[in-house]
Order: sequence, then structure tokens, then C-alpha cells
Amino acid sequence: MSFTTKLAAGAMLMALGATAASAQSLVYCSEGSPEGFDPALYTAGTTFDASSHPIYNRLAEFKVGTTEVVPGLAESWEVSEDGKKVTFKLRQGVKFHSNDQFTPTRDFNADDVIFSFDRQGNEENPYNKVSGGTWEYFGAMSMPDLVESIEKVDDYTVVFNLTRPEAPFIANMAMDFASIVSKEYADAMLEAGTPEMVNQAPIGTGPFKFQAYQKDAVIRYLRNDEYWGDPAKVESLIFAITPDASVRYQKVQAGECHVMAYPNPADVQAMKDAEDIVVMEQEGLNVGYLAYNTQVAPFDNAKVRKALNMAIDKQAIIDVVFQGSGEIAKNPLPPTMWSYNDAIEDDNYDPEAAKAMLEEEGVSDLSMKIWAMPVQRPYNPNARRMAELMQEDFSKVGVDVEIVSYEWGEYLERSKAKDRDGAVLLGWTGDNGDPDNFLAVLLGCDGVEKSNRAQWCNEEFDALIQKAKVLPTQEEREPLYKEAQEIFKDQAPWATIAHSVVYMTMRPEVENYVVHPLGGHIFNQVGLKQ
Amino acid sequence: MLKYVLSRLATFIPTFIGVTLISFAFIRVLPGDPIVVMAGERGITEERYAQLQQQFGFDRPIYVQFWDYFTGVLQGDLGNSFVTKKPVWDEFFSLFPATLELSICAMIFAVALGLPAGVIAAVNRGKFFDRALMSTALVGYSMPIFWWALLLIIVFSGNLGWTPVSGRIDLLYYFPNATGFMLIDSLASGQDGAFLSALRHLLLPTIVLGTIPLAVIARQTRSAMLEVLGEDYIRTARAKGMSSGRINGIHALRNALIPVITVIGLSVGTLLAGAILTETIFSWPGIGKWMVDSIFRRDYPVVQGGLLLIAVMVMVVNLTVDMLYGIINPKIRKR
Repeated sequence: MSFTTKLAAGAMLMALGATAASAQSLVYCSEGSPEGFDPALYTAGTTFDASSHPIYNRLAEFKVGTTEVVPGLAESWEVSEDGKKVTFKLRQGVKFHSNDQFTPTRDFNADDVIFSFDRQGNEENPYNKVSGGTWEYFGAMSMPDLVESIEKVDDYTVVFNLTRPEAPFIANMAMDFASIVSKEYADAMLEAGTPEMVNQAPIGTGPFKFQAYQKDAVIRYLRNDEYWGDPAKVESLIFAITPDASVRYQKVQAGECHVMAYPNPADVQAMKDAEDIVVMEQEGLNVGYLAYNTQVAPFDNAKVRKALNMAIDKQAIIDVVFQGSGEIAKNPLPPTMWSYNDAIEDDNYDPEAAKAMLEEEGVSDLSMKIWAMPVQRPYNPNARRMAELMQEDFSKVGVDVEIVSYEWGEYLERSKAKDRDGAVLLGWTGDNGDPDNFLAVLLGCDGVEKSNRAQWCNEEFDALIQKAKVLPTQEEREPLYKEAQEIFKDQAPWATIAHSVVYMTMRPEVENYVVHPLGGHIFNQVGLKQ
Repeated sequence: MLKYVLSRLATFIPTFIGVTLISFAFIRVLPGDPIVVMAGERGITEERYAQLQQQFGFDRPIYVQFWDYFTGVLQGDLGNSFVTKKPVWDEFFSLFPATLELSICAMIFAVALGLPAGVIAAVNRGKFFDRALMSTALVGYSMPIFWWALLLIIVFSGNLGWTPVSGRIDLLYYFPNATGFMLIDSLASGQDGAFLSALRHLLLPTIVLGTIPLAVIARQTRSAMLEVLGEDYIRTARAKGMSSGRINGIHALRNALIPVITVIGLSVGTLLAGAILTETIFSWPGIGKWMVDSIFRRDYPVVQGGLLLIAVMVMVVNLTVDMLYGIINPKIRKR
């Protein structure tokens, strides 16, 4: 073979190799680096995308594309009559991944379930302090108060004893923090003196095995061929970490990635027009709102709040702040959530009527503060701009607005105060697809001086959501939540502003991508056309 | 010379202590409690807050915290990141090679083009070439890095398809990072085309990061050359019939280099600052992006440790520059 022939043959081989590899590898341009790979330690969606979705499973799972809870590592569950005892029957024959340091000697069983939760709640557990564990979600979902004990009945049966009946508990078990880790791996790493490896070189039961992470650059996963469920469609999954949204789009266009998240709202129209780009969209499971302080005059008067709500031109906010990538919110719940009350009518934008209503209530020369968050959030891409638009709207009804802002941590702290001056812009993204996660957390009496920024405690509303929380079935709970939304609309503790729309941009060869309402980016079922 | 080196080194120690103190104070002066930021909209209970305060050691008096930090620094322990829980030291040195590789390439690019451009402009003072070069340099100096980077990406990666959009190497290649320098690692991996891919990925970020130093060096070289060219000894050299190439290249340039080297040394700080933006746009896994993320998260150990290490790097470079003066100009080392 002459030199040129060799060269040509080599080039051909390389080209073939390249096509083969790229056909089997799905490249996702992610927006940031994961904080680690143990989902229970963190709260960021970016971290969950890289850890809980590909690598781990939970007792229950959210069916991709819905907030419906389906069996995961538990094949079934049973709630006792008093609602305080939940028995999970575990799936048998589920294998944990292996890596250079660890090969499992047994299948997944009840010990792994107990360990996964015990390390989060029990300070005596050797893993409680490893990796500076703060277990934010475990605390935020009230697990320490809710779970009295976890018992192993046999290798494949686990009982959770609760302190009170709680319907959203099963949905909590499908959340990222409830991912099941391997006790055997944790024990082995503790013995080897490297317990932090559980977070850095994760071992799970999920559809992909962790291969390598180069900080701030690339995460690599391989398909788990021993997966208990439907195996992943692609052989390998690669996260190319690309923080800038414009650059992510360029990479999708150039074929350097197949899928990207969080496009710039301003680019969405051009993406939709482009021939070789597919854009998928769905309302996010979130809500952006303006919370009045209902304990301070004149905002303690529901009519005044209602009048101000009528003065806000929400469509202008959607157009300017969300650049079209949002939808007007009329309820505190997002429309993708079950029990969303679509029969409710929003307060019409009517400055004249608003002005008259304020006069009727004897409010004149009102000056107030609007708090604008200093950060960009999914439910509010530009709070400052939003506040400016509201300032203009309110000036038309004779209300003078001063816009204030604090550093994010300060903002969150100060806005909790009961005697806080002014209305606060804030929002929420759902955790477990349960209405309780919005209505009780953000508007319940227990949330006053905490996450209830309106400091609103309405007995009628609170009774409804407390009752709904302990009823066992969705059918029984739904009418109570719908009624609660009516009270909310009537009392107007917030101006509900918008639900953002989530966009996913991808190349046409990507198959079966589903936008997940809970916000995660999941690739188990995604394939590539040959 | 030894005395000169020692006197330079002596200034190093107080600067180091000062920088340690400032880096410690800086992040604490910013409003925002790291625990509250970490909890976000979900909030945190008072018991949990107190528990975390204790865990992070924030419940101790500030001087005790500083003393702990300072003694740790002396032993090479910068603490662990609040977020990733990994040692700051390890994180820094896993990311720093990427920044260093990019900065070195950018500096080579800036010097290789900036020096000749400055010399040519000075020699052709007032002519078309001089004006064209100097106005280009001014544009380069004033251009926002963000805009310049996106422009290059859209033209060269998007429209022409000549260069990759971002990253350090094609994702097809996978090999362990032995040194962290992609050019070296890709060569060592022995995989076909890996080195070339790494080189192609370096191209645009190098140009973007090197643009401002290039402009500064070109302008500085020009003015230093002009000053030297007006000296008596140059006139003497001309009078005795020396070729203009020899005059410009040897007599003038060598003497003009002192201020230019100062500028190059100072540009290292600019490069690190520019690296923050360049790295973010080109998804370059270096320390710039790492620092910015940490400031937003109020990750105290990373911010103070990262600042300290960067400051030490800049100090070392400037110390080296001081040494270089001595080599180039014997008058300085004898003083």
C-alpha cells in the first residue's frame, strides 16, 4: 500500500468512526455545571439534570411529560386507612452500576432505601456530615417532622410511618432528593476513607452510568445495559456545558450538540423559522406574582388589592419582559397542574374602573414600594423591567411607586417580615407536581413570615387546603383546591402575573424528546434518527 | 543581582499578607448570607440555619475565622467549597491549566503581532500605515469582548464553518487529562486528529482574549520606539552609516523593550480579567467562570482562595518582569 492509499484509508476509517460514534452519542448543550452528583445534597435543576435523571431512580417516578406518579423502584405501595403508614413493595433484580472502585455484590433492596433517607435525617448516620451535607430539600419538604420512622419488613418491603396523613407524600418520593443510592457502595467508600466519592463518582440504578466529569466542560454517561426498565435509546449521553445561550444555539446549528435548553427568548422566533431546527414548548410549572403585604393598610383591604390588580397591564408585561415566552397567570397554580381551575375569570385590565374603585375605598395619594428581585428566575426574566412597567400602570390610577431592590439573599430575608413595607415580586417553581406545594407553601397560614410573602392568612382558604392535604385520592382533593382558588381570586392577596413558557431547541434528527412539566431534562427515551 | 532579587522578594511578603486579608474581607463585605442564598425561595428554618452556621463556622468571632483561614493558607489548606464540597486547592489546579493555556496562547498572539506592528508604525510615523495600524489598535482596545467573541463565532463558526463554536476539543475524543493542557494531552493521547482539534478550538478564544493586550502592546511599542528613535545615539548610528534594519532592530528595539515588558507584565492581570468573559462565552473550563459562579453563590472559601491564588500568580509574574528588567538593562541590576 502506498503512502497515499494508507492516508486515504485512514481518513475513511476515521470518517466512519466519527459517524458511528456521533450516531450513538446524544450531545446535550447544558446551561451550567452540576454542583455534584448526589441529588439529595443540592437544589438546582442543573444538578438534577446531571444526576438524578440519568443516574438514579426513586421509589416512585414522575411519568415523563406529566406530573403523574408511577411506580419506580417500588412496584407498588399501600397507604393504611388512617393514612399514617405507607408500605412500599420493592422491585426485585435491580442492579446497581459499577465503576473502577466498586462492583456490587447484591441487588438493590430495602437497606438501600433506608440508608438513602436515614443519612439525610439522622445526625448519627456517618454520611450525615459527609460532603458538608445540608439536605435542603429533605428539610424543605418537612420530612423530619413528617416521617417518624422507616422500617424494613423484609428485603423487599419497607414501611414509612408518618406523624400525620399527608397525600403529597408519594409525590415527594418521586422527587430528586429521594433518589436511591447504594448502601453497599457508601459502606465501601467509608471503609476506603473516601466517602465523598458517593457524590463525585455516583453509583445508581438509572438508565445511564456515570463515566467521567471534567469540571465546567463535559459530563459523559454510558448506557446501562442492565437497566430494569426500558433501556436508553442511545449508547452514550454527553453534556457539553455551555453557559451562554447564544453560543448554545450556534452549537446546535453547527451540529456540535443535538439538544439545548433555555434559549434566549429573543432568539425563539428565528429558531422557529429556521428549517433545520425544531422548537418544542410548554408552560412551565411555575408562577410569577406580586405579593401585597395584606397585614398593612391599605393593602389589608381586599378591594384595594383587587383595584390594583385591575390596573396592571399583564399583556404588556408578557410582551416586554417575557418577550412572548410567557402566559398570563390568573391562578396561583400553573395550568399544567391537576386541579387548575380554568373556570375562574381574571381581573380585566381597566385603569378607569380601578381608579374609581380606589376612590370608593377612600384611597387617594397612595404611594407604595414595589420590590424587584435582583436576579433572573424562570418565572421572571427581568424583575426590574417588570416593576417599571407596573410603576407606569399604577401612576395611571394615581398610585405613586418607588422601586426597591436588595441583594438576593437580603431580598429573600427581608421580604419575609410581617411589617414589610410594599409589594414584593417573587415566584415559585413546583417541586412535586402537587397543588399543595403551591397553595399551602405560598398561601397557607403556616407560611406567614416565611414563604407566604403576602402574610395572608384566610381561615376559609386554609381550612380547605388543610383538609385536601389529608384526603387519599386526587378525585376527592380536586374540588377543594378548585374552591380554594376561587377564594384566592376573590381576596387577591397577589397579583398573579405569568407562567413562563419553557422552550427546548433541538436538531431534527432527535426523536422522542418530551418537555417535562417539572422542569427536568430527561434523555432516557430519546433517540437519534440514523 | 542577588541583592536586587532579595529586595524584590522582600516586598512579596507584606503584599501576600495584605492580599490574604483583603481576599478574606472582600466577600464578607458583600451583602448576602451564603446560607440564605443556598436555600433560595424555599427558605430555611431557624434551627437549621443555626445548625449550618455552626457547620460552616460562621458562629465564631470574625478574627477567629480569619486566623483559622490564615494558618490554613500557610499550610496550603484553602478550605472546601460550600457548593461542591471539594478542596479549593484541587478545584483551582484542575481548572487553572485551561486558563493558563489560553492566556499563554493569547499572550503569544498579542506579542507576536503587537511588537512588529508597533515597530512598523513607529518607523513609518505619520504615514498611512502608521495611522491605519493605530486606529485598528484603538478599535481593538475599545471593543467589548462579549460582542467581539459572538461576532467571530457567528462569522467563522456559524457562516463559514471554519472553527468549532466552543469547548476545548471535539467531544469524539476522550482521554484522561494528565496535565490539563489540552495541546499536550491531545498529543500524548496519540489519537488521530486530537491535537489538530484542540488547536482549532483554541483559535477563536485566543484571538478574543489576545485582542486587548495586542492593541496595548502595539501602541506602547510604537511610542517607546519613537522616543528611542529620537535619541542622540541613534542619530550617531545613522551618521556612521549603519543600516536602518540594524538601528531599528538592535539599538532602538532593545531599549524600547523596557516599557513594553512592563505593559506585558501588567497585561497578565488584564488577561485574567478578560478570561472571565472569554471563558464564559467559549465554554472554556477555566478559573474565570469558576470565580464568577462562586461570587454569585457566596461560596466564601472559593472566592477568597481563588482571589488569593490569582493575586499570587500576578505577583509572581510581576516579580519575573522585575527580574527581566535586570537582564535587559544592566543599569537596573547594579542600582
